[in-house]
Amino acid sequence: MSGVTAGQLIDFTYLIAAVLFILSLKWLSSPITARHGVLAGEIGAALAVGATLFNPELVQFKWIIVALIVGAGVGIPLGLVHMTAVPQRTALSHAFGALSATMIGIAEYYVHAPKVTKFGMVEIGLEVIIGSLTFTGSLIAAGKLQEILPQRPITYRGQNVVSLSVLGAAVILALILVIHPEYTKLFPVMVGVALFFGVLLVTPIGGADMPTVISLLNSYAGLSAALLGFVLNSKVLVVAGALDGSSGFILSVIMCKAMNRSFTNVMFGAFGQVQAGAKAAGEEKVVRSANAEEAAAILGSANKVVIVPGYGMAVAQAQHKVRELFDALTKRGVDVKFGIHPVAGRMPGHMNVLLAEADIPYDRLLDMEEINSDFPQTDVALVIGANDVTNPAARTDTSSPIYGMPILDVDKAHTVMVIKRGMSPGFAGIDNPLYYLDHTLMLFGDAKAFVGNIVRELGGGHG
Amino acid sequence: MPSDFISNLFVFILAGFVGFEVIKRVSPLLHTPLMSLTNALDAIVVVAAIIIAGRHETTLSTVLGVIAVAASFSNMVGGFLITDRMLRMFKTGKSKKS
Repeated sequence: MSGVTAGQLIDFTYLIAAVLFILSLKWLSSPITARHGVLAGEIGAALAVGATLFNPELVQFKWIIVALIVGAGVGIPLGLVHMTAVPQRTALSHAFGALSATMIGIAEYYVHAPKVTKFGMVEIGLEVIIGSLTFTGSLIAAGKLQEILPQRPITYRGQNVVSLSVLGAAVILALILVIHPEYTKLFPVMVGVALFFGVLLVTPIGGADMPTVISLLNSYAGLSAALLGFVLNSKVLVVAGALDGSSGFILSVIMCKAMNRSFTNVMFGAFGQVQAGAKAAGEEKVVRSANAEEAAAILGSANKVVIVPGYGMAVAQAQHKVRELFDALTKRGVDVKFGIHPVAGRMPGHMNVLLAEADIPYDRLLDMEEINSDFPQTDVALVIGANDVTNPAARTDTSSPIYGMPILDVDKAHTVMVIKRGMSPGFAGIDNPLYYLDHTLMLFGDAKAFVGNIVRELGGGHG
Repeated sequence: MPSDFISNLFVFILAGFVGFEVIKRVSPLLHTPLMSLTNALDAIVVVAAIIIAGRHETTLSTVLGVIAVAASFSNMVGGFLITDRMLRMFKTGKSKKS
């Protein structure tokens, strides 16, 4: 074995890292092996970073070390955020990933310009456009999730025409650069236009569509990393980018299916505008309400209870009170499960993380397909802060905007209880016929306080 | 068309397939950790950023490289950290006794 160069050894380390990344995701398939997956990913990443520091092309280390320290200084607090802040943290990390890929693409262009091949320019142009729009788009998404920006969709007439024209302009600028790579002054213009398109792309999207958007941005961030791998001819980037991209893509498809909508509809449909209210204003409908004492009596005498959490539970920070309710009912011998809709919350899996944080065993958390057949044998379905995902109009009312969307069939339970602040419509602005059913009881109040009161009535509170 | 492109495309398509097969087996229970883990893995772009920053070709490329190192390394550190924190919370009824 003569003539093994340092470069080959580094490449071999990258290969090991790529294999560890695949194993990392494979082990994530089950909660039992999932933490090994994180370890495999960490070892792979550490090997790859360590090997890179031996690259003979590196001539100065001072700024690399400063940047690594700054990165760790930003990354550690972002890794320690409260679980309720995970959606905005995730959006912000998509922005950082895209920023990094974009910066490298821009640097690569200026190092070689104007001697960039036409083909190389196609790769760089595509990479920088996708990276830029993902960067600003993710920042807007993070701003909406953090509620710095309004969660309601912001729309105006002719929006889609304007947005697509801006994207078109970025693509045309890229094409001009492919033909004339020496027009270096056009490059920053292209970057600016692509950054602007990212803003236009996410601004009109409402809070309830965030699970899809965040998945789609995940996919774009992966794609930009993979394209960067093409630009730099780095296989480990291509592999990691392809894994991240396919993950984001699969999640986007799952989210779209769970809302019975297409990608184009999410991106350009601007859901969430309050319906004209024509039907709601018509007749005065009757709802039955109950207080905590009555709710506790019904729950306490039930055999099977399914709790359906939604974004409202996260907003009210009610998950720990819900755990107390779970404990109090379980102690009385009630079988308590959780039914979780794929788009409940603001990102895929959001509810599972919050409930796991509150120490609810994960074998009690069931997804929509697993739980739906249980509802007809369920004594009480308790809906906490979920709305559209329980709306039976999705099954029956062809005129409803959410018609065809798969829902949790809570209306099939013997008794339905809904904890809600008031009768205002949900994020999608659609009235929910569930609330007017004969076997539905509305529990008006703040989710955290109301659940706390039920727990006290059951006599199972922790003080 | 450069030959590098074909070999990169080869790797991209195959890795995409592997990713698809592996990730579709991830339970919906773990979709949030999945997203933060893939984010941390994606932060491997830090290796390209280190090379751009360390080659010190132009001031501009070094500045951009340094920003890229900081941004991607923060994702790497933060992504693994939060994924592990989340996964530690997932317990079954039996192991819950503490």
